[in-house]
Amino acid sequence: MSILAGKKVVIIGDRDGIPGMAIEECAKSAGAEVVFSSTECFV
Amino acid sequence: MDLENQKRVKEFAEQYGPENVVVLLGAAEGEASGLAAETVTAGDPTYAGPLTGVSLGLTVYHVCEPEVKAEFDPAVYDEQISMMEMVLDVDDIINEMSAIRDQYCKYLG
Repeated sequence: MSILAGKKVVIIGDRDGIPGMAIEECAKSAGAEVVFSSTECFV
Repeated sequence: MDLENQKRVKEFAEQYGPENVVVLLGAAEGEASGLAAETVTAGDPTYAGPLTGVSLGLTVYHVCEPEVKAEFDPAVYDEQISMMEMVLDVDDIINEMSAIRDQYCKYLG
């Protein structure tokens, strides 16, 4: 069963890891609806 | 997790229903991934933000985990993520994330 297709996706990216924008592109390619995307600094 | 982001996650879970929301993380290491995952499932472990004592049980994955990676367009993943994936300790991230999911996620298919 699909995890992402048709879901509302909330993205918490990381400045030192994977940024929100990059995750957003991937989530869209999986058929998810991105409702929020941010890039945090965990430090 | 950033307090403002905790507030947003809580609002989205209320607005769309927690079973319809998936959180994707991009944290740089396992411990940070685990803390963020715990925040959106069991509640804020630091007792600082709006999710303190709120167990949303949301479905949460790190973007480099194989289960979600398999659903992305490989060309998009390659372009956007693969460079960073090489410098991350993906095994450590997977260990932390699966432990949290097994314990606290309420909506896994």
